[in-house]
Amino acid sequence: MRRVKLGTAFALFLVACLFVLPGVSLGHAFPDHSDPRVGSTVSVSPTTVRIWFDSEMEPAFSTITVQDANGRRVDKGDGRVDSADATLLEVSLPLLPPGSYRVIWNVVAVDTHRTMGDFLFTIK
Amino acid sequence: MSINTEFRAKLFLYFAVVITAIVAIPALSLAHGFAGKRFFPTTFAVDDPFISDEFSVLINRIKQPGDEPNRATEINIDWSKRIIPDFGLEFHEAYLHLGSNGDGSANGWENLGVGAKWHFLTNEEHELIMSIGTDIDVGGTGAHQLSGSFSHITPGLFFGKGLGDLSDSVNFIRPFAITGVVGTSFPTRSKNVILNTDGSTDTERNPTTFNWGFTVQYSLIYLQSFVKDIGLGAPFNRMIMVTEFPMQTNLSRDGKGLTTGTVNPGVVWAGKFMEFGIAAQIPINSQSGKSVGVLGLIHFFVDDIFPKGIGGPIFH
Repeated sequence: MRRVKLGTAFALFLVACLFVLPGVSLGHAFPDHSDPRVGSTVSVSPTTVRIWFDSEMEPAFSTITVQDANGRRVDKGDGRVDSADATLLEVSLPLLPPGSYRVIWNVVAVDTHRTMGDFLFTIK
Repeated sequence: MSINTEFRAKLFLYFAVVITAIVAIPALSLAHGFAGKRFFPTTFAVDDPFISDEFSVLINRIKQPGDEPNRATEINIDWSKRIIPDFGLEFHEAYLHLGSNGDGSANGWENLGVGAKWHFLTNEEHELIMSIGTDIDVGGTGAHQLSGSFSHITPGLFFGKGLGDLSDSVNFIRPFAITGVVGTSFPTRSKNVILNTDGSTDTERNPTTFNWGFTVQYSLIYLQSFVKDIGLGAPFNRMIMVTEFPMQTNLSRDGKGLTTGTVNPGVVWAGKFMEFGIAAQIPINSQSGKSVGVLGLIHFFVDDIFPKGIGGPIFH
Protein backbone atom coordinates (compact mmCIF):
# COMPACT_ATOMS: atom_id res chain seq x y z
CA MET A 1 0.00 0.00 0.00
CA ARG A 2 2.81 2.34 0.91
CA ARG A 3 4.52 1.62 -2.42
CA VAL A 4 1.31 2.30 -4.32
CA LYS A 5 0.96 5.69 -2.59
CA LEU A 6 4.59 6.55 -3.31
CA GLY A 7 4.19 5.64 -6.99
CA THR A 8 1.01 7.69 -7.27
CA ALA A 9 2.62 10.71 -5.63
CA PHE A 10 5.64 10.45 -7.91
CA ALA A 11 3.47 10.19 -11.02
CA LEU A 12 1.41 13.22 -9.96
CA PHE A 13 4.59 15.19 -9.34
CA LEU A 14 5.88 14.40 -12.83
CA VAL A 15 2.59 15.27 -14.50
CA ALA A 16 2.53 18.58 -12.61
CA CYS A 17 6.07 19.31 -13.78
CA LEU A 18 5.19 18.54 -17.40
CA PHE A 19 2.34 21.06 -17.28
CA VAL A 20 4.16 23.77 -15.34
CA LEU A 21 7.71 23.74 -16.66
CA PRO A 22 7.27 24.64 -20.34
CA GLY A 23 5.76 27.98 -19.42
CA VAL A 24 8.62 29.01 -17.17
CA SER A 25 11.57 29.35 -19.51
CA LEU A 26 12.69 29.02 -23.12
CA GLY A 27 15.93 27.07 -22.63
CA HIS A 28 18.79 26.54 -25.08
CA ALA A 29 18.17 27.22 -28.76
CA PHE A 30 18.71 24.08 -30.85
CA PRO A 31 18.40 23.98 -34.65
CA ASP A 32 15.16 22.40 -35.80
CA HIS A 33 15.74 22.37 -39.56
CA SER A 34 17.51 24.37 -42.23
CA ASP A 35 17.51 25.28 -45.89
CA PRO A 36 19.72 23.93 -47.43
CA ARG A 37 19.43 20.87 -45.20
CA VAL A 38 22.36 19.78 -43.06
CA GLY A 39 24.79 17.69 -45.13
CA SER A 40 22.73 18.00 -48.30
CA THR A 41 23.76 18.42 -51.94
CA VAL A 42 21.87 20.99 -54.02
CA SER A 43 21.99 21.55 -57.76
CA VAL A 44 21.49 25.33 -57.74
CA SER A 45 23.34 27.93 -55.68
CA PRO A 46 20.93 28.98 -52.90
CA THR A 47 20.28 32.71 -52.43
CA THR A 48 20.03 32.40 -48.64
CA VAL A 49 20.88 29.99 -45.86
CA ARG A 50 18.11 29.72 -43.29
CA ILE A 51 18.12 27.89 -39.97
CA TRP A 52 14.98 27.56 -37.88
CA PHE A 53 15.58 27.09 -34.14
CA ASP A 54 13.31 25.77 -31.43
CA SER A 55 13.65 28.94 -29.32
CA GLU A 56 13.63 32.65 -29.94
CA MET A 57 17.06 34.28 -30.20
CA GLU A 58 18.67 37.55 -29.15
CA PRO A 59 19.45 39.31 -32.49
CA ALA A 60 22.38 41.28 -31.06
CA PHE A 61 24.26 38.15 -30.00
CA SER A 62 23.36 35.70 -32.79
CA THR A 63 25.55 35.28 -35.87
CA ILE A 64 25.69 33.19 -39.04
CA THR A 65 28.40 33.04 -41.68
CA VAL A 66 29.21 30.81 -44.67
CA GLN A 67 32.71 29.74 -45.72
CA ASP A 68 34.00 27.91 -48.79
CA ALA A 69 36.27 24.86 -48.69
CA ASN A 70 39.32 27.10 -48.20
CA GLY A 71 37.84 28.82 -45.17
CA ARG A 72 37.14 32.04 -47.06
CA ARG A 73 33.96 33.83 -46.09
CA VAL A 74 31.50 33.93 -49.01
CA ASP A 75 28.19 35.23 -47.57
CA LYS A 76 27.00 38.83 -48.07
CA GLY A 77 27.62 39.76 -44.43
CA ASP A 78 23.99 40.39 -43.61
CA GLY A 79 23.44 37.53 -41.18
CA ARG A 80 20.47 38.30 -38.97
CA VAL A 81 17.62 37.03 -36.86
CA ASP A 82 14.43 37.53 -38.86
CA SER A 83 12.53 40.55 -37.51
CA ALA A 84 9.15 38.83 -37.89
CA ASP A 85 10.24 35.39 -36.65
CA ALA A 86 12.82 35.38 -33.87
CA THR A 87 13.39 31.63 -34.33
CA LEU A 88 14.79 32.12 -37.86
CA LEU A 89 18.48 32.90 -38.48
CA GLU A 90 19.43 33.68 -42.08
CA VAL A 91 22.16 35.09 -44.30
CA SER A 92 22.21 36.01 -48.00
CA LEU A 93 24.57 34.43 -50.51
CA PRO A 94 25.94 35.56 -53.86
CA LEU A 95 25.88 33.15 -56.81
CA LEU A 96 28.33 30.44 -55.71
CA PRO A 97 30.28 27.99 -57.86
CA PRO A 98 30.04 24.23 -57.25
CA GLY A 99 31.82 23.07 -54.12
CA SER A 100 31.43 22.44 -50.40
CA TYR A 101 30.37 25.23 -48.05
CA ARG A 102 30.31 25.39 -44.29
CA VAL A 103 27.60 27.27 -42.40
CA ILE A 104 28.78 28.46 -38.98
CA TRP A 105 26.28 29.74 -36.44
CA ASN A 106 26.44 30.98 -32.89
CA VAL A 107 23.27 32.03 -31.12
CA VAL A 108 22.07 33.24 -27.75
CA ALA A 109 18.56 32.32 -26.72
CA VAL A 110 16.41 34.98 -25.07
CA ASP A 111 17.14 33.43 -21.67
CA THR A 112 20.91 34.06 -22.33
CA HIS A 113 21.91 30.43 -22.97
CA ARG A 114 24.43 30.14 -25.80
CA THR A 115 24.67 27.35 -28.39
CA MET A 116 26.86 27.00 -31.45
CA GLY A 117 27.31 24.74 -34.43
CA ASP A 118 28.23 24.29 -38.05
CA PHE A 119 27.32 22.07 -40.98
CA LEU A 120 28.26 21.46 -44.59
CA PHE A 121 26.23 21.63 -47.77
CA THR A 122 27.43 21.00 -51.30
CA ILE A 123 26.58 22.66 -54.60
CA LYS A 124 27.15 20.28 -57.50
CA MET B 1 9.91 6.77 14.49
CA SER B 2 8.76 4.02 12.10
CA ILE B 3 10.44 3.57 8.71
CA ASN B 4 7.27 4.77 6.98
CA THR B 5 7.10 7.94 9.05
CA GLU B 6 10.82 8.50 8.68
CA PHE B 7 10.52 8.07 4.91
CA ARG B 8 7.71 10.63 4.67
CA ALA B 9 9.58 13.07 6.89
CA LYS B 10 12.76 12.82 4.81
CA LEU B 11 10.83 13.12 1.54
CA PHE B 12 9.02 16.20 2.82
CA LEU B 13 12.28 17.71 4.08
CA TYR B 14 14.03 17.08 0.76
CA PHE B 15 11.33 18.73 -1.32
CA ALA B 16 11.02 21.57 1.19
CA VAL B 17 14.73 22.33 0.79
CA VAL B 18 14.44 22.25 -3.01
CA ILE B 19 11.37 24.48 -3.13
CA THR B 20 12.85 26.93 -0.63
CA ALA B 21 16.04 27.19 -2.64
CA ILE B 22 14.06 27.71 -5.86
CA VAL B 23 12.18 30.61 -4.33
CA ALA B 24 14.97 32.17 -2.30
CA ILE B 25 18.14 32.13 -4.36
CA PRO B 26 18.38 34.61 -7.25
CA ALA B 27 21.10 34.06 -9.85
CA LEU B 28 21.81 34.17 -13.55
CA SER B 29 22.09 31.01 -15.57
CA LEU B 30 24.78 29.47 -17.76
CA ALA B 31 24.93 26.33 -19.86
CA HIS B 32 24.95 22.71 -18.69
CA GLY B 33 26.80 19.76 -20.18
CA PHE B 34 28.12 21.50 -23.31
CA ALA B 35 31.58 21.48 -24.89
CA GLY B 36 31.28 23.42 -28.13
CA LYS B 37 28.58 21.76 -30.23
CA ARG B 38 28.54 18.68 -28.03
CA PHE B 39 25.78 18.16 -25.51
CA PHE B 40 26.66 15.53 -22.91
CA PRO B 41 23.48 14.13 -21.35
CA THR B 42 23.17 12.93 -17.81
CA THR B 43 23.37 9.15 -17.86
CA PHE B 44 22.23 6.45 -15.46
CA ALA B 45 24.99 5.03 -13.24
CA VAL B 46 28.13 6.81 -14.46
CA ASP B 47 28.40 10.30 -13.00
CA ASP B 48 28.40 13.42 -15.24
CA PRO B 49 31.75 14.93 -16.29
CA PHE B 50 30.49 18.41 -15.41
CA ILE B 51 28.72 20.30 -12.66
CA SER B 52 25.39 21.98 -13.29
CA ASP B 53 22.15 22.86 -11.61
CA GLU B 54 20.09 19.73 -11.98
CA PHE B 55 17.68 17.42 -10.21
CA SER B 56 17.32 13.71 -11.00
CA VAL B 57 15.25 10.73 -10.02
CA LEU B 58 16.67 7.35 -11.01
CA ILE B 59 14.70 4.18 -10.40
CA ASN B 60 16.58 0.89 -10.43
CA ARG B 61 15.22 -2.65 -10.13
CA ILE B 62 17.44 -5.74 -10.17
CA LYS B 63 17.87 -9.10 -8.45
CA GLN B 64 20.89 -8.91 -6.18
CA PRO B 65 23.67 -11.53 -6.08
CA GLY B 66 23.66 -14.37 -3.53
CA ASP B 67 22.27 -17.87 -3.05
CA GLU B 68 18.88 -16.43 -2.14
CA PRO B 69 18.88 -13.20 -4.11
CA ASN B 70 16.79 -10.24 -3.02
CA ARG B 71 14.79 -8.22 -5.49
CA ALA B 72 16.07 -4.69 -4.97
CA THR B 73 14.09 -1.61 -5.98
CA GLU B 74 15.93 1.64 -5.41
CA ILE B 75 14.72 5.21 -5.89
CA ASN B 76 17.70 7.55 -6.17
CA ILE B 77 17.33 11.30 -5.78
CA ASP B 78 20.15 13.61 -6.83
CA TRP B 79 20.41 17.37 -6.61
CA SER B 80 23.35 19.45 -7.80
CA LYS B 81 23.82 23.15 -7.14
CA ARG B 82 26.57 25.38 -8.46
CA ILE B 83 28.18 27.72 -5.95
CA ILE B 84 30.34 29.45 -8.59
CA PRO B 85 30.09 28.80 -12.35
CA ASP B 86 32.46 25.78 -12.41
CA PHE B 87 32.18 24.48 -8.86
CA GLY B 88 29.22 23.05 -7.05
CA LEU B 89 27.84 20.66 -4.49
CA GLU B 90 25.96 17.42 -5.07
CA PHE B 91 23.54 15.65 -2.76
CA HIS B 92 22.38 12.08 -3.14
CA GLU B 93 19.81 10.04 -1.28
CA ALA B 94 18.23 6.70 -2.10
CA TYR B 95 15.27 4.74 -0.78
CA LEU B 96 15.70 0.98 -0.99
CA HIS B 97 13.12 -1.78 -0.94
CA LEU B 98 14.43 -5.33 -0.61
CA GLY B 99 12.03 -8.18 -1.23
CA SER B 100 13.24 -11.73 -0.63
CA ASN B 101 11.89 -15.00 -2.02
CA GLY B 102 10.70 -15.78 1.47
CA ASP B 103 8.34 -13.72 3.57
CA GLY B 104 10.72 -10.99 4.65
CA SER B 105 11.30 -7.59 3.16
CA ALA B 106 13.07 -4.43 4.21
CA ASN B 107 12.66 -0.78 3.35
CA GLY B 108 14.64 2.27 4.23
CA TRP B 109 16.86 5.13 3.29
CA GLU B 110 20.47 4.54 2.43
CA ASN B 111 23.26 6.75 3.68
CA LEU B 112 23.22 10.37 2.54
CA GLY B 113 25.76 11.20 -0.15
CA VAL B 114 27.40 14.62 -0.28
CA GLY B 115 29.89 15.65 -2.92
CA ALA B 116 31.75 18.55 -4.48
CA LYS B 117 32.86 18.85 -8.10
CA TRP B 118 35.12 21.28 -9.95
CA HIS B 119 34.74 21.47 -13.72
CA PHE B 120 38.29 22.62 -14.57
CA LEU B 121 38.58 22.12 -18.33
CA THR B 122 36.37 22.76 -21.36
CA ASN B 123 37.82 22.58 -24.86
CA GLU B 124 35.08 23.57 -27.32
CA GLU B 125 36.99 22.69 -30.49
CA HIS B 126 37.78 19.14 -29.34
CA GLU B 127 34.51 18.66 -27.40
CA LEU B 128 36.45 17.81 -24.25
CA ILE B 129 35.42 18.42 -20.65
CA MET B 130 37.07 17.29 -17.42
CA SER B 131 36.19 17.59 -13.75
CA ILE B 132 37.49 16.41 -10.41
CA GLY B 133 35.42 15.81 -7.34
CA THR B 134 34.91 13.96 -4.11
CA ASP B 135 31.85 12.12 -2.86
CA ILE B 136 31.28 11.24 0.77
CA ASP B 137 28.79 8.54 1.66
CA VAL B 138 28.02 9.64 5.22
CA GLY B 139 27.87 6.64 7.52
CA GLY B 140 25.06 6.25 10.00
CA THR B 141 22.62 8.54 8.18
CA GLY B 142 20.57 5.72 6.63
CA ALA B 143 18.39 2.95 7.99
CA HIS B 144 20.69 0.80 10.17
CA GLN B 145 19.61 -2.55 8.65
CA LEU B 146 20.42 -1.35 5.10
CA SER B 147 23.30 1.10 5.46
CA GLY B 148 26.73 1.07 7.04
CA SER B 149 27.59 2.95 10.20
CA PHE B 150 30.86 4.11 8.62
CA SER B 151 31.51 6.44 5.70
CA HIS B 152 33.09 6.03 2.28
CA ILE B 153 35.20 8.81 0.75
CA THR B 154 35.60 8.65 -3.02
CA PRO B 155 37.74 11.18 -4.88
CA GLY B 156 37.38 10.91 -8.64
CA LEU B 157 38.31 12.25 -12.08
CA PHE B 158 35.50 12.72 -14.60
CA PHE B 159 35.89 13.21 -18.35
CA GLY B 160 33.86 13.56 -21.54
CA LYS B 161 35.09 13.59 -25.14
CA GLY B 162 33.08 13.95 -28.36
CA LEU B 163 34.40 12.75 -31.70
CA GLY B 164 33.09 15.77 -33.61
CA ASP B 165 36.64 16.97 -34.28
CA LEU B 166 37.25 14.06 -36.65
CA SER B 167 37.40 14.89 -40.35
CA ASP B 168 34.31 15.17 -42.51
CA SER B 169 35.39 11.99 -44.34
CA VAL B 170 34.19 9.94 -41.34
CA ASN B 171 31.04 11.94 -40.87
CA PHE B 172 28.91 9.23 -39.32
CA ILE B 173 31.51 8.56 -36.61
CA ARG B 174 31.40 12.16 -35.41
CA PRO B 175 28.18 11.82 -33.34
CA PHE B 176 29.99 9.36 -31.03
CA ALA B 177 31.19 10.47 -27.60
CA ILE B 178 32.57 8.83 -24.50
CA THR B 179 32.36 9.87 -20.87
CA GLY B 180 33.92 8.23 -17.86
CA VAL B 181 35.04 8.32 -14.27
CA VAL B 182 37.92 6.84 -12.29
CA GLY B 183 38.25 7.02 -8.52
CA THR B 184 39.04 5.08 -5.38
CA SER B 185 36.55 4.54 -2.58
CA PHE B 186 38.06 4.45 0.90
CA PRO B 187 36.01 3.19 3.88
CA THR B 188 36.54 5.14 7.09
CA ARG B 189 36.51 1.87 9.02
CA SER B 190 38.68 -1.01 7.79
CA LYS B 191 36.74 -3.81 9.49
CA ASN B 192 33.66 -4.66 11.51
CA VAL B 193 33.85 -7.05 14.47
CA ILE B 194 30.66 -9.08 14.87
CA LEU B 195 29.87 -10.63 18.27
CA ASN B 196 28.20 -14.02 17.94
CA THR B 197 25.67 -15.44 20.41
CA ASP B 198 28.24 -17.95 21.72
CA GLY B 199 30.60 -15.13 22.63
CA SER B 200 32.97 -15.63 19.71
CA THR B 201 33.68 -12.87 17.21
CA ASP B 202 33.90 -12.67 13.43
CA THR B 203 35.75 -10.01 11.52
CA GLU B 204 34.23 -8.52 8.38
CA ARG B 205 36.59 -6.41 6.29
CA ASN B 206 35.40 -3.29 4.49
CA PRO B 207 37.23 -3.20 1.17
CA THR B 208 38.84 -0.29 -0.57
CA THR B 209 37.59 -0.31 -4.15
CA PHE B 210 38.68 1.19 -7.45
CA ASN B 211 35.55 2.66 -9.02
CA TRP B 212 35.72 3.08 -12.76
CA GLY B 213 33.18 3.36 -15.50
CA PHE B 214 32.56 4.79 -18.90
CA THR B 215 29.78 5.39 -21.38
CA VAL B 216 29.68 5.16 -25.16
CA GLN B 217 27.14 7.52 -26.71
CA TYR B 218 25.77 8.08 -30.20
CA SER B 219 23.87 11.35 -30.45
CA LEU B 220 21.07 11.55 -32.98
CA ILE B 221 20.83 15.25 -32.02
CA TYR B 222 24.41 15.73 -33.22
CA LEU B 223 23.83 13.66 -36.36
CA GLN B 224 20.73 15.59 -37.34
CA SER B 225 22.03 19.09 -36.50
CA PHE B 226 25.70 19.00 -37.54
CA VAL B 227 26.37 16.03 -39.81
CA LYS B 228 23.42 14.97 -41.95
CA ASP B 229 19.74 15.75 -41.76
CA ILE B 230 18.36 12.25 -42.33
CA GLY B 231 14.80 13.35 -41.75
CA LEU B 232 14.37 12.15 -38.19
CA GLY B 233 11.24 13.54 -36.58
CA ALA B 234 10.19 13.78 -32.96
CA PRO B 235 10.98 12.10 -30.64
CA PHE B 236 13.95 10.44 -32.42
CA ASN B 237 15.68 13.72 -33.31
CA ARG B 238 16.30 14.37 -29.57
CA MET B 239 17.60 10.92 -28.69
CA ILE B 240 21.05 9.76 -27.63
CA MET B 241 21.89 6.06 -27.61
CA VAL B 242 23.91 5.30 -24.49
CA THR B 243 25.68 2.18 -23.23
CA GLU B 244 27.19 2.40 -19.77
CA PHE B 245 29.87 0.26 -18.16
CA PRO B 246 29.94 1.09 -14.41
CA MET B 247 32.54 -1.11 -12.67
CA GLN B 248 34.11 -1.62 -9.26
CA THR B 249 37.35 -3.51 -8.57
CA ASN B 250 38.27 -4.70 -5.08
CA LEU B 251 41.71 -3.45 -3.97
CA SER B 252 41.76 -5.02 -0.50
CA ARG B 253 43.41 -8.29 0.47
CA ASP B 254 40.17 -10.27 0.70
CA GLY B 255 38.82 -10.66 -2.81
CA LYS B 256 41.53 -8.51 -4.34
CA GLY B 257 41.07 -8.01 -8.07
CA LEU B 258 37.42 -9.04 -8.14
CA THR B 259 35.51 -6.76 -10.50
CA THR B 260 31.79 -6.32 -10.36
CA GLY B 261 29.57 -4.17 -12.52
CA THR B 262 26.94 -4.06 -15.18
CA VAL B 263 26.55 -3.18 -18.84
CA ASN B 264 23.63 -0.79 -19.30
CA PRO B 265 22.45 -0.34 -22.90
CA GLY B 266 19.73 2.29 -23.17
CA VAL B 267 18.43 5.45 -24.70
CA VAL B 268 18.08 9.01 -23.44
CA TRP B 269 15.66 11.61 -24.76
CA ALA B 270 16.78 15.17 -24.04
CA GLY B 271 14.22 17.94 -24.26
CA LYS B 272 14.60 21.62 -23.45
CA PHE B 273 13.84 21.28 -19.76
CA MET B 274 14.14 17.65 -18.90
CA GLU B 275 15.56 14.32 -19.87
CA PHE B 276 14.05 10.84 -19.83
CA GLY B 277 16.02 7.64 -20.09
CA ILE B 278 15.60 3.91 -19.86
CA ALA B 279 18.22 1.18 -19.91
CA ALA B 280 18.68 -2.50 -19.27
CA GLN B 281 21.15 -3.48 -16.56
CA ILE B 282 23.11 -6.63 -17.42
CA PRO B 283 25.42 -8.02 -14.67
CA ILE B 284 28.89 -8.93 -15.92
CA ASN B 285 29.21 -11.89 -13.52
CA SER B 286 27.33 -13.74 -10.77
CA GLN B 287 28.84 -11.43 -8.10
CA SER B 288 27.19 -8.44 -9.82
CA GLY B 289 23.60 -9.64 -10.00
CA LYS B 290 21.32 -12.54 -10.74
CA SER B 291 19.15 -11.19 -13.53
CA VAL B 292 18.78 -8.38 -16.01
CA GLY B 293 17.59 -5.25 -14.25
CA VAL B 294 16.09 -2.02 -15.48
CA LEU B 295 16.99 1.64 -14.96
CA GLY B 296 14.63 4.56 -15.46
CA LEU B 297 15.78 8.19 -15.35
CA ILE B 298 13.91 11.46 -15.08
CA HIS B 299 16.16 14.48 -15.04
CA PHE B 300 15.40 18.20 -14.80
CA PHE B 301 17.66 20.93 -16.21
CA VAL B 302 17.17 23.36 -13.35
CA ASP B 303 19.36 25.96 -15.09
CA ASP B 304 16.97 25.97 -18.08
CA ILE B 305 13.81 25.84 -16.04
CA PHE B 306 14.80 28.70 -13.75
CA PRO B 307 17.49 30.63 -15.67
CA LYS B 308 17.08 33.73 -13.49
CA GLY B 309 16.47 31.96 -10.21
CA ILE B 310 17.96 28.86 -8.71
CA GLY B 311 19.24 27.75 -12.12
CA GLY B 312 22.46 29.74 -11.95
CA PRO B 313 25.46 29.73 -9.64
CA ILE B 314 25.05 31.59 -6.36
CA PHE B 315 28.21 33.66 -6.95
CA HIS B 316 29.43 34.74 -10.41
